[in-house]
Amino acid sequence: MAETALRQILSYTLTIPVILPLIGALLGTLFTNLRVRRLICLTTLAATAVYVVLLTIAVAQGGALVLQVGNWPAPFGVTFVADMLSLLMLLMSCGVGVAVLVYSFGNGDSELERYAFHPLLLIQLMGVHGAFLAGDVFNLYVWFEVLLTASFALIVAGSSRAQLQAGIPYLVLNLLSSTIFLIACGLLYGVAGTLNLAQLTQRMAELPSPGISTVLAVLFLLGYAIKAGTFPLFSWLPVSYHTPPVAVTALFSALMTKVGVYALLRIFPLIFPDDLAVLQPLVLWAAALTMVVGVLGALAQYNVRRLLSFHIVSQVGYLLLAFAIGTPAAIGAAALFIVHVAIAKAALFMIGGVAERIFGTADLRRMGGLARAHPGLAVLFAIAALSLAGIPPLGGFLAKLYVLQATFEAGAYLAGGVALAVSLLTTLSMLKIWYEAFWKAAPDAALPGEQPYRLAPVLGLPIAALALTGVLLGVFGGPVVRAAEQAGRDATDRAAYVRLVLGDELVGGGR
Amino acid sequence: MPLSTLLMAIVVGWLFGAAVYLLLRRSLVRLVLGLALLSYAVSLLFFTMSNTGLRPGVPPIINATPPEAMTDPLPQALVLTAIVIAFGITAFLLALAVRASQAANTDDMDVLSPPPPDDH
Repeated sequence: MAETALRQILSYTLTIPVILPLIGALLGTLFTNLRVRRLICLTTLAATAVYVVLLTIAVAQGGALVLQVGNWPAPFGVTFVADMLSLLMLLMSCGVGVAVLVYSFGNGDSELERYAFHPLLLIQLMGVHGAFLAGDVFNLYVWFEVLLTASFALIVAGSSRAQLQAGIPYLVLNLLSSTIFLIACGLLYGVAGTLNLAQLTQRMAELPSPGISTVLAVLFLLGYAIKAGTFPLFSWLPVSYHTPPVAVTALFSALMTKVGVYALLRIFPLIFPDDLAVLQPLVLWAAALTMVVGVLGALAQYNVRRLLSFHIVSQVGYLLLAFAIGTPAAIGAAALFIVHVAIAKAALFMIGGVAERIFGTADLRRMGGLARAHPGLAVLFAIAALSLAGIPPLGGFLAKLYVLQATFEAGAYLAGGVALAVSLLTTLSMLKIWYEAFWKAAPDAALPGEQPYRLAPVLGLPIAALALTGVLLGVFGGPVVRAAEQAGRDATDRAAYVRLVLGDELVGGGR
Repeated sequence: MPLSTLLMAIVVGWLFGAAVYLLLRRSLVRLVLGLALLSYAVSLLFFTMSNTGLRPGVPPIINATPPEAMTDPLPQALVLTAIVIAFGITAFLLALAVRASQAANTDDMDVLSPPPPDDH
């Protein structure tokens, strides 16, 4: 009895992950005192995280929750859906968001903080959370615009010339992908007469000619593939990610491409299941090439942040691989992989940022000796890097294992083999950072001799927390793996999704 | 197909073409204009997607008008949202264009394009 009451309350308050960051951002901008502003932003984000954890427990025990905003029945109002796939993503974004926020406090860049940096970060998280919870394709578009607009402001925050220059391709290509997405929404409405995901799930299955559905699927795929940074369309990512402040890059690396992948994982299994099978060879090739080109690009770089940016692309390839397979197990594996890679990448970018501050440059050739000078940092880097490479017992191993298992079960041996080979190259490129920055002797001019750099706890703690989460994900991964499996089932069980959103009475009739 | 739909298809296609042409130019200002045109093209596209097409309908008031004669209000609501978003983004883009051209003293994209990485 108490449990149903709790579920009721949770479903009525499903907008909290969106509203709390907004309140925090608005309150935060009212205060020019940086301490107060930081406190407000951190408190609201932490409260959001607590709420999301509660929500996850409730959904893990009793199944997905739905909110029809304003009590308008489903196809007419705004629908929020919190199933396991959404919640894993929310947990990831809240966790990384808190870590990045704390890390940015120690960035020592009060100039940047004056540009409403923390409120902007919260606004971006609001957009991301909205996208994760949206149960309607047009709402998804609007949330994407919210998070994009905040990201535009963040990527040029500080307005250095390099940022402005790099910001333009980022802006234009992301806007272009949004436009393609919007065109697809318009055509989808013309074909199906609705944009509610549950109703679309019903109607697209009854469509008399399947050809038009494939055309729409390709448009959606194109729009999200640009946002996710997949093979022929990723060029905006490595040219822009190394220019903004490190905290921004760490946040983007964890969220931006992953939201694009989430949208693919959400929309395709529901409304384009047959078209995904048609497009599978194309997506598999794109996935393989994304993995290979990304990691080769990373190997060629000496700028630590550019190297890591190419890695983002490479890791998106694994997600695309799982998406192309499309079975419940594969979608669940993709969700697990997103959680793992967001944690590992954010940690790596933060460590790169610390190295950049120690040496005053992002050039790996002018770094060295960090393993001796900062053994703690070296251990954290080793954990994050090995997790990214997929070495047991870290989280990356588990995530990769499930992706590859789903791939081989579906018989995509070539793509699976490429994924394994790319793991080796990933290890190689991580070794490159390890050797250049940590292992080799420091260049004479590099380490400031008299005043050794002391790692501030506010920088070290979030890195350590993320690395520790990566280890826990591998060692005590059972609950997360079960949650990921549930996410895979939630994302692919179309009848259950329709029943959940539209209720029982509408399922039979359709219209 | 009604003549108005055909006409709208041509206009939308023309706008898309002009937008792509402007996007491919080297000038920053033309880039902003191109993105603005692109959003107009999508807005017009949405209108052709309503259930009555581009035929004049009657206001969708329940019990006052027969449902089959009603104009579909949803595409208009969607377009309204899209226009507001496009407006905001265009304003942001213009501000960015001003800052970028001030920083580099040009609006030529070849000069403004990202600097070569410092690692080669």
